[in-house]
Amino acid sequence: MEKQLLLGDEAIAQGALDAGLSGIYAYPGTPSTEITEYVEHSRQARETGVKYSWAANEKTAMEGAIGMSYAGKRAMTCMKHVGLNVAADAFINAAITGANGALVVVAADAFINAAITGANGALVVVAADDPSMHSSQNEQDSRFYGKFALVPIFEPSNQQEAYDMTYDAFAFSEKYKLPVMIRITTRLAHSRAGVARRPALPQRKGNLPEDMRQFVLLPAIARRRYKQLLKTHYDLVAESEKSSYNLYFEGKDKSKGIIACGLAYNYLMENLAGKDVSYPILKISQYPIPRKMIEKICSDCKEILILEDGYPMIEELLRGYLNTGVTIHGRMDGTIPRDGELNPNIVAVGLGFPDTRGPEVPDFMVGRPPSLCAGCPHIDTYVALLETLEQYSKGRVFSDIGCYTLGALAPFEAINSCVDMGASITMAKGAADAGLTPAIAVIGDSTFTHSGITGLLDAVNDKANVKVFILDNGTTAMTGGQKSAATGRIESICAGVGVDPAHIRVIKPLRKNREENVRIINEELAYDGVSVIIPRRECVVELNKKMRAKFAGKSNE
Amino acid sequence: MKKDIILAGVGGQGIISIATVIGYAAIDMGLHLKQSEVHGMSQRGGDVQSNLRLSDKVIHSDLIPFGQADIIISVEPLESLRYLPMLGPNAWLITSITPFKNIPNYPPIETILDKIRSLPNHVALDAEGMAKDLGSPKSANMVILGAASPFLEIPYEKLQQAIRAIFAKKGTEIIEANLKALQAGRDFKE
Repeated sequence: MEKQLLLGDEAIAQGALDAGLSGIYAYPGTPSTEITEYVEHSRQARETGVKYSWAANEKTAMEGAIGMSYAGKRAMTCMKHVGLNVAADAFINAAITGANGALVVVAADAFINAAITGANGALVVVAADDPSMHSSQNEQDSRFYGKFALVPIFEPSNQQEAYDMTYDAFAFSEKYKLPVMIRITTRLAHSRAGVARRPALPQRKGNLPEDMRQFVLLPAIARRRYKQLLKTHYDLVAESEKSSYNLYFEGKDKSKGIIACGLAYNYLMENLAGKDVSYPILKISQYPIPRKMIEKICSDCKEILILEDGYPMIEELLRGYLNTGVTIHGRMDGTIPRDGELNPNIVAVGLGFPDTRGPEVPDFMVGRPPSLCAGCPHIDTYVALLETLEQYSKGRVFSDIGCYTLGALAPFEAINSCVDMGASITMAKGAADAGLTPAIAVIGDSTFTHSGITGLLDAVNDKANVKVFILDNGTTAMTGGQKSAATGRIESICAGVGVDPAHIRVIKPLRKNREENVRIINEELAYDGVSVIIPRRECVVELNKKMRAKFAGKSNE
Repeated sequence: MKKDIILAGVGGQGIISIATVIGYAAIDMGLHLKQSEVHGMSQRGGDVQSNLRLSDKVIHSDLIPFGQADIIISVEPLESLRYLPMLGPNAWLITSITPFKNIPNYPPIETILDKIRSLPNHVALDAEGMAKDLGSPKSANMVILGAASPFLEIPYEKLQQAIRAIFAKKGTEIIEANLKALQAGRDFKE
């Protein structure tokens, strides 16, 4: 079959479709968004009736996928690393319930039961990490979640592996009746290469779990299931040891052994290609880590270099707290920088090879940070808001995660916080409780539905003096314009939560409306209670897209 | 054959269209290809770059090592200089000279152009002006690609074929405009 040029994200989506996926659930987040978008636009998905859903948040996405797995079909959920924090409760517990089918018996029996029942739904969780924080507020390593949950993790090193591993992850999930995590990082997610496909499998028909209490995590059942999960772990280690994705390359020069995980393997090979070196190399792409391979490389080699595109997870494990065993080099001794993503040069230096570098950047170079688009409605909202806030001391605007976070930068310098999805409203409430009134929250419409509604309920229940600006541009703009969960229903949601309808104000953020908008905001600032102000105007990027489509449609006629 | 190309510009300028044409031609030639892109926050008017790697051998890293790129192709003069540390020995820098000023502290354009002209291997051209003169201001990217084409080790006809295939849906007029822009860039002499 001819190779297709696919992003790492797209390779995962295509792998899932070919493995007989029935449903994909996600909340958009860089660098994971393109997985679900691919399914959304895939003809194959449409023709075979694959369900795709932009969920309200990662937790509801994860639970939707668990439900589909419960019903015996193959489900996938995709999120950025910090999204996994939101979904962690469901994720960790799904590892204990298992993916569907009998986890109540020992592993060998589980094989047999799987063979007899034949139709258990796989559950694949994709976590896309962002080392160097290209588009994120931290660079946490999702492999820790996989380890914590005791589930297998696949960490592809290239686009072909991203495809193959996703394809295999569904069968693996069904074999062990466990959720499987696929962990990628930004560079793989957003890099294209040729990918060869395998034959497309049909979807599962669906069936309920054989044990109808498998998913009932009452303490007595949960204790039993957890013991089972712990037992299964030995089988997973054995799988890792024979996995075709974990490779041991013998080498004559045992002065150094190299362990390279996922994408780091590529940077290693980039450096070794064409060079006359022969260190033993262990490539790890499937977890739990292959114990025997680790033991071999550590006993064969004088010292070990560990390359991980993320936190030093394996390195910390191998060093141990006392660090008295084999000599280890990596992120923790400065051989590799402690933070940030890897690149070929960092790995070259870690290997003791000479670094290469072109001419220096000239002194007059300046940064070009991202900024709000010309004509963006958030600009007019910030202009009006800043004008009304001149009457107060600074430092009372709590914001959230979306395009409007760019209001932190010049020329606005309008916001004072951006912590996690939904935190604007709840932080404003806490600050108001501490006497900082009025406290302002600035949150987008999609972020509001993601995690803002419950916080608004807290504020209403405590009659907090907070002014919540829900910036409604009708889309999830930062990630490229995915469907926003409550378009057209923001006011009714706020009223339903208990905000006095007299203090739910909709304004149109336009330059010509500045005076009127300032007046309305001032009225609400004078009110001691929960106000919701909804500046509503369509995202200009989305508007331009629509205009272009309309124009193209006309010219074709 | 190995060509490591840095594409540079500002989010929204559409550097990916250049990558798409080169990529199509490379695949047509049976070459290996890896192309890393920037998605997410930086697309909002920030600096963006793409690493495009072509080779007749397997390509390992998605990122080009610093000091080893063969060409920088930039649609903006300041951005062309941001990636100088990526350039290898004897490498080329091809850039548009039209500044995209969306920051208050944009350096004086003459300072930028002087620096570009001080590099031994450079092509600096007014791609926007040339595209406008051709009556298709949107094809400035293809002018830049045309100027870069002698350094790509890809037969010129392959690039022309790629443009025909990629813009097929948009009609003959658009194809011809892009082919003219490509040719104008290729014919450019400083």
